[in-house]
Amino acid sequence: MTDVKLAADEGLIEANRDPTWLGLTSEGWIKILAPTIIGILALGAWEWAVRAYAIPPYILPGPLLVWNTLLADWGTLSTSLLITLQITFAALVAAAVLGLAIAILFAQSRAIELSLFPYAVILQVTPIVAVAPLIIIWVDDVRLVLLICAWIVAFFPILSNTTLGLNSADQNLTDLFRMYRASRWQVLMRLRLPTAMPYFLAGLRISGGLALIGAIVAEFVAGTGGRASGLAYRILEAGFNLRIPRMFAALVLISVTGIAIFAVMTLISHLALRHWHESAIKERR
Amino acid sequence: MATAAPVVAIEGVSKRFANGTLAVRGVDLSIGQGEFVSLLGPSGCGKSTVLRMMAGLIQPSAGRITLTGTAAGDIGFVFQEPTLMPWGTTLKNVMLPLRLAGVARGEAEARAAAALASVGLAGFEKVYPRALSGGMKMRVSIARALVTKPRLLLMDEPFAALDEITRHRLNNDLLTLWSDERFTAIFVTHSVFESVYLSNRIVVMAARPGRVVEDLAVDAPYPRGEEFRTSAGYAAHCRDISHALSRAMAPT
Repeated sequence: MTDVKLAADEGLIEANRDPTWLGLTSEGWIKILAPTIIGILALGAWEWAVRAYAIPPYILPGPLLVWNTLLADWGTLSTSLLITLQITFAALVAAAVLGLAIAILFAQSRAIELSLFPYAVILQVTPIVAVAPLIIIWVDDVRLVLLICAWIVAFFPILSNTTLGLNSADQNLTDLFRMYRASRWQVLMRLRLPTAMPYFLAGLRISGGLALIGAIVAEFVAGTGGRASGLAYRILEAGFNLRIPRMFAALVLISVTGIAIFAVMTLISHLALRHWHESAIKERR
Repeated sequence: MATAAPVVAIEGVSKRFANGTLAVRGVDLSIGQGEFVSLLGPSGCGKSTVLRMMAGLIQPSAGRITLTGTAAGDIGFVFQEPTLMPWGTTLKNVMLPLRLAGVARGEAEARAAAALASVGLAGFEKVYPRALSGGMKMRVSIARALVTKPRLLLMDEPFAALDEITRHRLNNDLLTLWSDERFTAIFVTHSVFESVYLSNRIVVMAARPGRVVEDLAVDAPYPRGEEFRTSAGYAAHCRDISHALSRAMAPT
């Protein structure tokens, strides 16, 4: 058989690469340096204002005092951080697994989706602070209460995004699968799930932050005490005792956790999609 | 024209869509083994609808379509867009029809690699579609359609979105593949020149409602190359087909 030969100019689309410095492009450096400089300036101004106007620490502690408190109270705070992290992570995993599973169920039949989706919406739009007291009455284990609340908040973005993704398969590809008599299972595994992947990951990224918020808010409502308390309880406790620097320290930990979760989710998304999805490809044309 | 039992027999086929549009009315068409047939007509003449009915993607409202050999994989289909899975490499894309048919991974890989080589893409197995040019994506799409060694290759304006030069190359390569692999080709196009260059038979269709108005033979011998494009015979055929198309588009 005479193989067809490719003409020389019918080549690959080459990616434009900018020059890099220590592994980052100039834009990459600006992305890191600009916010860092702003942050340092803001913290410096804050510290200066606290000292210059002699603001008492129970009104507004300076960033240095917050940092020192964070180090001094690390024993208590780290235990609480770990608990909050456990609840957030468990809620996120449960949201991802159940969100994906229910989205697949919805994708099997329009009737199922139409009859159940409104209830998922109701679950989403009802404020978690309003539902939490009920869950506290029904469920004895406080940890489980926090987990359920965080799950309710984190579950919906994954469900709605994945449902949208599963229904977004290219029409021609769908026709192609039909022409080759693909089974429902093959269509799901080889077409609909890969199509839904970027949507699912976008949902996961939103849900990561929401799971943390859910875990914190639920703990505010539940108001647990004792050793098994998360960061929210440390904030409440510090507020009652007017230990404002500790309150700030706990707040910093929550923020850092939120940022870390977002960064990890972004990384996962990038690794999963880097070969093919536009969102994960950074070249400029 | 072939004399044996037709590969495709279309008898009195009409198609009315759910919105009431009569897309195709009373089409009779018999296509023999090894023919290269172009369905030519203005947009809205139902040529794509006829092709999709042959592929079994649309059911006719009336009439009957008979294909010899109706197993999955007996028909290859090339869409106007490359229609590749962006998450798979070219090799994975071409393997798809085989994997759907339950062919083992190793054998599917070997056959897909051979199909890629046959369209000029040897060495591009591990490349993702987004890195390929439009013409190369279309080559992958053709390799995928041919990987099952179908008896019938249906193409729905496959090169309409490509530039002229790439289009000429792909026309030549398509003819090479057709003469090597002896499949029956049905090619939907709105280009008179492309249809004359490629086919040995041109079915001219008219719109509102979509119907067949002329069925003309292009008797130039194969292989056809660039010299055919500049020959007097090619020009004469193009003129005839253009006239037929004008008659088809004239208000009745």
